[in-house]
Amino acid sequence: MSETLDRPASDLKVVGTRPIRPDGADKVTGRATYGADFNMAGQLVGKILRSPHAHARIVSIDTRKARALPGVKAIITGADLPEVASALHQGGEAAANMRDLAMNVMARDKVLYEGHAVASVAAISNARADEALAAIEVTYEILPHVIEVEDAMRPDAPVLHDHVFTEGVEPKPDKPSNIVKRSGYTRGSLDEGFAAADLVVEGRYTTQAVHQGYIEPHACVASWGADGQCTVWASSQGQFMVQTYCAKVLGLENSNIRVIPAEIGGGFGGKTTVYLEPLALALSKASGAPVKMVMTRDEVFRATGPTSSSVMYVKLGAKSDGTIVAADIELKFQAGAYAGSPVGAACMTALACYDVPNFVITGWDVVTNTPKVAAYRAPGAPIAAFAVESAIDDLARKLGMDPIAIREKNGVVNGAKSAYGPTFQNIGYLETLAAIKDSDHYKAPLGPNQGRGLAAGFWFNIGGLSTGAVHVQEDGSVVVVTSNPDIGGSRAAMAMMAAETLGIPVTNVRPIVADTSSIGFSMLTGGSRTTFATGMAVVQAAETVLADLKRRAAALWDTSIENVAWNDGVATCLDAAKPDAKPLPLSRLALLAGRTGGPISAEASINAQGAGPGFGVHLCDVEVDPETGHVTILRYTAAQDVGRAIHPSYVEGQVQGGAAQGIGWALNEEYIFDRDGKMENPGFLDYRVPVASDLPMIDAILVEVPNPRHPYGVKGVGEVPIVPPLAAVANAVRGATGVRIADLPLSPPRIVAALEKAGG
Amino acid sequence: MAHVVITSECAAFTGGATEFDIAADNVGRLVTELERRFPGLGEFVEQRMSVAIDGEIHQDAWISPIGPDSEVYLIPRIGGG
Repeated sequence: MSETLDRPASDLKVVGTRPIRPDGADKVTGRATYGADFNMAGQLVGKILRSPHAHARIVSIDTRKARALPGVKAIITGADLPEVASALHQGGEAAANMRDLAMNVMARDKVLYEGHAVASVAAISNARADEALAAIEVTYEILPHVIEVEDAMRPDAPVLHDHVFTEGVEPKPDKPSNIVKRSGYTRGSLDEGFAAADLVVEGRYTTQAVHQGYIEPHACVASWGADGQCTVWASSQGQFMVQTYCAKVLGLENSNIRVIPAEIGGGFGGKTTVYLEPLALALSKASGAPVKMVMTRDEVFRATGPTSSSVMYVKLGAKSDGTIVAADIELKFQAGAYAGSPVGAACMTALACYDVPNFVITGWDVVTNTPKVAAYRAPGAPIAAFAVESAIDDLARKLGMDPIAIREKNGVVNGAKSAYGPTFQNIGYLETLAAIKDSDHYKAPLGPNQGRGLAAGFWFNIGGLSTGAVHVQEDGSVVVVTSNPDIGGSRAAMAMMAAETLGIPVTNVRPIVADTSSIGFSMLTGGSRTTFATGMAVVQAAETVLADLKRRAAALWDTSIENVAWNDGVATCLDAAKPDAKPLPLSRLALLAGRTGGPISAEASINAQGAGPGFGVHLCDVEVDPETGHVTILRYTAAQDVGRAIHPSYVEGQVQGGAAQGIGWALNEEYIFDRDGKMENPGFLDYRVPVASDLPMIDAILVEVPNPRHPYGVKGVGEVPIVPPLAAVANAVRGATGVRIADLPLSPPRIVAALEKAGG
Repeated sequence: MAHVVITSECAAFTGGATEFDIAADNVGRLVTELERRFPGLGEFVEQRMSVAIDGEIHQDAWISPIGPDSEVYLIPRIGGG
């Protein structure tokens, strides 16, 4: 663990500045190589045949006609892939069941959602691959399906998995169920809490499945060498995750798979698993040629992501002074085809902003005939926050309290026990509320049909396994190597932390994202961990290099290392007995490296602990057209405790991006299924994400309560900003219309219907 | 003795007990002791849980020290997006 440098912000010369990002020019000029941009000589086109049914038994798959087509080089079905045992494995962040992962990559005996892969082909062209897919004859026995979470929980619901028996209930069930697990948290006594309450609010809240909406579709090229050594070029949130998951699905050794990360065009959690890569490898093995696979947008919607839909019940009790004394919360989350919704994290975060003496939080993880959910920024937290923050807004309105005042009254502070157990340390929730209270936005007047909504949010942030390397080149410039794909500006952050530690300009540092064979392991980019954890590894490596540089300077001056001072990238001799010792800049020490022991470099591999939790408070103004139900976002301000911002522009970008995605979740985005369980809107024309013209400039206020466990005070920042917006928008619409609409999205038809119901 | 608090999903291994004191000076020894006292719980914690020590969440960090008066919570492993 690196020791805290404990330097005040005023001493920092690089951290906190806003240099141009090292990957910026390539990205804005179109030269960056994303997943679909990579090609190999002789590559084949890989494509997937997907289920047209939401739930069906695969009776047979006849590939003979397809195989007979000229130019079709390989066809893979579930029968061609190894059986994978049901076991949890830590490949990404949370443990994943490898059998479920393999079955999601390619169905075996049953398809569990429309879009589930049933066969894959490799052919010499797009057209021939399409022809082959059309020639594959699959016979299905169609089964009843279930989409909605509460429908799936009914005793008479069609059961997806015969081996799933509900965990966490007594007595242990003797029949399989779609309810995978019950989990929860309790404190105090609900009865006593509600008995002490002067006011109770309650509601039923629903959210719909939404996709992460990354612009870049999943894409990869895979090459299975004649010697069994494999290479995958892929866009993902973690090259080591791709390596491990491919190895597990295909029964290979990790060391036989080299994964080279492409530039990534958005992930938001949705690229923390594999869909194409194992199939591309299997097709490459079968065909003897490299295979390239690129999803269409239709496939991205039907077969990847999304996050859960939900049904939630929240009941809050408060004293007349606004003190919340009881909370009863039930969260039902759609997991998709396989177990593992983020309801556990939703339970943990639901009341994380508040110090409530009596509560019961219950979560249900439920499988449905929809795509297996994937992580999406702060998984589960925005959904729970929508319900809880809406209820708190109602509580404040009924009590006639200011929405900030009620949160200040109940907000957690250092030393408070979090709702999920541990005691908070070094948190900045009240400071974040204060930042919004002090903003011009909070004091600005509103016009007719306009409303203002406020909501708070929390995310844990994590550390974990990371590697960083620092290499000094012979001219004194520096290369920083990590193994985390750069989603949100992490290259810049790594370079800046290395430059700060070495006392050199950031322009002298070149950050590189390396492949799985070129650098030690790092967990994937997710969980708001990279700048914190991988940054910590980089700082440690830079500190090792710095110590080495001082040792080398001492050797050249023939003095002890205590006589070496290092400032602004230059060693100076403090030994009074060496008046002629000339300062040694990094460039000189690099040039003389051979004389002082060889190349100058260091690598640090760590399991970073001490991640600081983050809090955000968002303020949203809307105008609602009462005739059309259209909501215009007039003004939006987001404040967040970020620890310390390494590159404030990219931290602000994370805050703005999270807010924008949350606004889309609140207003427009939703998976719409027809009666047969087929998605009706698998494209950006019908699945409406916000575009620039939909939104005002989102003002980001960075509140800096440094994390003492990081050399530069970093807390994670990428996930908190998507937690408050759902409720902030909903509370603003409540303010504008006088009607609480508890079902997302707040689309025009829903608002018009709610206004008509309220009016008449 | 560190005071250990577990979630309801771990309580299935402990006969319903959710709080107890354990003498262990790091996470690895804590997990070993949990497995000894409540067979299956150590493995469960290893696969699915994080350990929060005095408010700080530790994942896969078996050498993280636990003080004699530490507050230890076993909480579900945290990922992210």
